[in-house]
Amino acid sequence: MTKPVSTPVNNLEKIRKSLGRRNRSERLFRWYGRLAIFIGLAAVTVLFTDIVSKGHGAFRIAYLQLDVEYNQDLIGVDNLSDPKQLILANWQAVPKQALREQFPDVSGRSDKRKLYGLVSNGAGFDLKDRLLANPLLLGTQEKVWILADDDIDTYYKSWLDGEPYAARLSDKQVKWIGELHDQGKIRLQFNSNLFTRGDSREPEQAGIRGAVMGSLFTLLLTLMLSFPIGVAAAIYLEEFAPKNRWTDFIEVNINNLAAVPSIIFGLLGLAIFINFFHVPRSVPIVGGLVLTLMTLPTIIITSRASIKSVPPSIREAALGMGASKYQMVLHHVLPLALPGMLTGAIIGMAQALGESAPLLMIGMIAFIVDIPGGFSDPATVLPVQIFLWADSPERAFIEKTSAAIMVLLSFLIVMNTSAVWLRKRLERRW
Amino acid sequence: MNKRSNLLALLLAAASVAAASSAAARDSIEVVGSSTVYPFSTVVAERYGRSSGKPTPKIESTGSGGGMKLFCSGVGTNYPDITNSSRRMKASEFQKCQDNGVTDVIEVHIGYDGIVIANSVKVSPMELTRKDIFLALAAKVPGAVAGELIENPYKTWSDVNPALPNTAIEVMGPPPTSGTRDAFAELGLEGGCKKIDWIAALKKTDKRAYKEICHTIREDGAYIEAGENDNLIVQKLEANPAALGVFGFSFLDQNADKVQGSSIESVEPTFDSIADKSYPISRPLYFYVKKAHVGVVPGIQGYLNEFTSEKAWGEEGYLAEKGMIPLPIKERRAMAENTRGLVPMTGKEGLK
Repeated sequence: MTKPVSTPVNNLEKIRKSLGRRNRSERLFRWYGRLAIFIGLAAVTVLFTDIVSKGHGAFRIAYLQLDVEYNQDLIGVDNLSDPKQLILANWQAVPKQALREQFPDVSGRSDKRKLYGLVSNGAGFDLKDRLLANPLLLGTQEKVWILADDDIDTYYKSWLDGEPYAARLSDKQVKWIGELHDQGKIRLQFNSNLFTRGDSREPEQAGIRGAVMGSLFTLLLTLMLSFPIGVAAAIYLEEFAPKNRWTDFIEVNINNLAAVPSIIFGLLGLAIFINFFHVPRSVPIVGGLVLTLMTLPTIIITSRASIKSVPPSIREAALGMGASKYQMVLHHVLPLALPGMLTGAIIGMAQALGESAPLLMIGMIAFIVDIPGGFSDPATVLPVQIFLWADSPERAFIEKTSAAIMVLLSFLIVMNTSAVWLRKRLERRW
Repeated sequence: MNKRSNLLALLLAAASVAAASSAAARDSIEVVGSSTVYPFSTVVAERYGRSSGKPTPKIESTGSGGGMKLFCSGVGTNYPDITNSSRRMKASEFQKCQDNGVTDVIEVHIGYDGIVIANSVKVSPMELTRKDIFLALAAKVPGAVAGELIENPYKTWSDVNPALPNTAIEVMGPPPTSGTRDAFAELGLEGGCKKIDWIAALKKTDKRAYKEICHTIREDGAYIEAGENDNLIVQKLEANPAALGVFGFSFLDQNADKVQGSSIESVEPTFDSIADKSYPISRPLYFYVKKAHVGVVPGIQGYLNEFTSEKAWGEEGYLAEKGMIPLPIKERRAMAENTRGLVPMTGKEGLK
């Protein structure tokens, strides 16, 4: 005896009964998905609005217009080509003199100090650079826009926004700024210092150029080392290595390394490169080496995946035509897998660009003013610069921090977009 | 073929860049050490670099202890020239320096830093004593009988001292890794701890137990570790007017519109009160120089001269503007002379 076979009618009914439930769960799932995307987008929007609202102010900075006189006696220079005179010269005397002329009735030591506090203490050096560029100015007079002190800048911006913050200023300074404003002698200009200078402890003179160059050198070295090594490792493992316990072991280890917290690579770098090989601290070489260790697993894994995605028919065709294995890999597999590898490399680089933890151990969290000119100059990188500014007491660094974050984010967006573009443009689908 | 040689060339180029530059000697000063001294030494470094036209010294913020370790590791361009410290060098560190061949070390006492206990300006300022601080924040406090210790039972400030407001004890401060925390425990908590007679007597008989009582901060949630970033603590205080925060004086100075300092033993933390030492919670700031490096690494002498000039560390100097509290004029002069003359430590300074 066989069991009674359920009739098709019964089955249909079953399906019809379950249909509502199944549709419902699908609808629910879609809503979950939408909710997830919404939460993600909302978080990004909040983050971006917060950063942009705090940071947009940093792209403009207060300047004062003053009548400066490049008086030889005042500066103590009569020959601009004599380096000794240039070092001993009193450059700050020029803006000080100009301020005294602007406010002739200010007297007394402490009032004068407050008056001199209106301009940045680097203003004299800015004028020196201007003078060296046009030596004919020596002995003449001109109207120049001079960088204001960061406290003045913070106050003036907050005053323009209607919520003046004057705790760091004296009443007299507030009055002077009011007078300058009425005469149109204070204004916000594009803050070119932010992009042309290195770090500084004076917020108005601080820039990200040093950190950008440091990031550039570090990443260049990382790319130069990790891409060839990563691709070579991937090709060997995928195409040449025998499949045995050893290669399995290596594969497990590579996957493991990709998940190791980045600070561990910093410790490794400290032990190997600095303590053993005596590479100097805080230079892009050691940073690049450490970040190479960190990005290698990512590059190897993505390169292997893109080699795997090249269909076997290509390999067989090449071998069938009499190509050696080496020729098959170099002439056929590699060119087809390259777009995928490049995408992996760009994503790896983007990761490396945002890293600060491994650099902590190797001395790249440091105050470095001079803009690095090569792989062996002390340097810091963008995320570290953001960290250092976020930790500074001066109020004006808050907006600088957000501005630096905006720059870092735009680099990341460019890199990630180009990765997507490369994939769309060059990748072949089989 | 030619792809392979490209690849090889790239690798070789990278390797040679790495090798060549690691061998090069150093032409700029390397400074490590305390994150409290960092904001001051960086200003000096920058001014020195700008006015002399020489490379600007590189300054790393490694913490006082970490800086000493690097500094005392040896002599030579692989090791830092100067270390900053927010406490005096310990005898053990001095010994380690000597053992590693760092025999001549110049000690420079540069000034003071105040530690403030602040709250939001939206509420009225607190008037505390060090004893209040100890009773509110220590892990264990004296019980009813002398010699007895109990787990800190106090929940509100009025439990500690009836004169204080009836708000929950909630203090945000730096984590144990921070030098500020050490100094706060030593000057704030221990300062109050000493006022209790039997604990003060314990110092002579059992120093370890005394330290254990006086320096251990409670961990039941009344003291909140808010990270090393003092700006963050200021922001949190603004959001939570019931809380107090512990941080360096320079942050109070910069954020006077948001936070106010509590008075300690009825002295408010101001520039002057910290300078004349009437405000009790302030700590000395130092840096240490390797004499063997002076003349080898260019610029050290110039950096020392800049740091010890009146325009830098004087009462009207630019470091005072950044929130450092200068030494009294006489000490300053003597210290400047000592530093410029490169007089090393003798080991008889009475280091602890």
